[in-house]
Amino acid sequence: MRINIFRTFLLGFFFLISFNGFAIIEDNKETEDKPFDAKEMIMHHVKDAHEFHIIDINNKPISIPLPIILWTDNGLTTFMSSEFHHDDTGHTIVEKNGAKFVKLHEKIYQLNDGATSVTFDEEHHPTNAVKPLDFSITRNVFMMWVSVLVLLLIFLTAARSYKKSKDGVPTGIAGFVEPLIVFVRDDIARPMIGEKKYKRYMPYLLTIFFFIWINNIFGLIPILNGANLSGNIAFTMTLALFTFIITTFSGNKNYWKHIFWMPGVPVPMKIFLMPIEIIGIFTKPISLMIRLFANITAGHIIILALMSLIFIFKTVALAPVSVAFSLFITVIEIVVTAIQAYIFTILSALYFGMATEEEHH
Amino acid sequence: MDLVNPGFGLVFWTAITFLCLLFILRKFAWKPILGAVSDREDSIKNALAEADKARQEMENLKSDNEKILKEARAERDAMIKEAREIKDTMIAEAKDEAKTQATKLIEQAKTTIQNEKLAAITDLKNQVADLSINIAEKVMKDELSSKDKQVALVEKMLGEIELN
Repeated sequence: MRINIFRTFLLGFFFLISFNGFAIIEDNKETEDKPFDAKEMIMHHVKDAHEFHIIDINNKPISIPLPIILWTDNGLTTFMSSEFHHDDTGHTIVEKNGAKFVKLHEKIYQLNDGATSVTFDEEHHPTNAVKPLDFSITRNVFMMWVSVLVLLLIFLTAARSYKKSKDGVPTGIAGFVEPLIVFVRDDIARPMIGEKKYKRYMPYLLTIFFFIWINNIFGLIPILNGANLSGNIAFTMTLALFTFIITTFSGNKNYWKHIFWMPGVPVPMKIFLMPIEIIGIFTKPISLMIRLFANITAGHIIILALMSLIFIFKTVALAPVSVAFSLFITVIEIVVTAIQAYIFTILSALYFGMATEEEHH
Repeated sequence: MDLVNPGFGLVFWTAITFLCLLFILRKFAWKPILGAVSDREDSIKNALAEADKARQEMENLKSDNEKILKEARAERDAMIKEAREIKDTMIAEAKDEAKTQATKLIEQAKTTIQNEKLAAITDLKNQVADLSINIAEKVMKDELSSKDKQVALVEKMLGEIELN
């Protein structure tokens, strides 16, 4: 039973991958009568959204509505995104909790008191509306929870299979995930942090590795409309922030001494190095944040741009080229999903190792 | 610029979701899995160490056996050697004994022979003396049978005395 679930999941995954181009082409049907804007289409796919758009049939979008949760002056306001009727231009006004809301470019705006419709300035920014705090369950949040469910399914099943087998031999899915877990332990945590202290950081490193990896993979599934969670800077920023917090709090005396008063160099050098090291504390997690965000987003943009060529040149003759190239990039992206998860994890482990390194002279 | 502008909602949900995931997985997945893996590694390590120990013991046993065998062989050699020595000494002793015995016998024989000889000589002497006396008697009887002969003898003897 357990194996069947997993097999179905894998089969579904490969099935969806094989329809990579298909979903994108369907998406662009709505723009047939307007001139095709590749940038807008790509940005629409790469950014977050308030509804889970799946497909357009006869210009009628089919999508899963997601809840919108706002913190306004009147308190918590919640409604479903379907109340906007797929409008993303700010024309449909939803009245809830004594306030009027519009959705514009996947942002929720609250109209100022007395206003009945949105007015725009020259750069198409609304002039009479403010953005309330938006806690909505967006497409990315939804996909994140799906990925969490998948992760729990995989790893709790694996853990149970260990409990069941008396000799500790991995069976079923445990045999599949154990090499990965051992890889994180033996090739990431042990060499980077050291034999004595690596155990404390194992849960974090394992969780972050698999969390990033599975969300990278989910980002490649086209029918999910490229839920680009790991290519969203809010997501990578949060994870980098966790690494930063753990690094800072596990920093020992030796670590702080190397930052504020570098041992083994002359005093002018110490003073010179101090600001560099202090900046270094922050550049490390920022580099983590930007690296993951940029790599995953760039992959999505390349694939989408290649598919857009068909619509830019308005000829089907280009389709084989586009599909071939985007297939090539997709294969590379599948590798990149693992590599980026690996890099994020190994650099986190490296920072923990630096923070906990003992003095050795 | 929207792309690099982190949305607060996603940050919020990511933080909560990640912390929950970390907590659940740490308690219900990583702990049992890592525990099982390290238990298995330990048991493999122990099994290998035990196998090594057993092999060491085997080797020790083997070398012990060889040592015992060697000792037994040495003991056997020593025993043979000892037996040979005993044999040699016994032969030597027997030879000595025989020699002394023989010497003693010869000595006795010699003494006996000497005694016998002495006895024989004495006997012979006695007999010779008897014979001599008998002969002398007969000669004397013969010599002194006539007057002339007696006178001649006395004279001769007298003459001999004068010379002295």
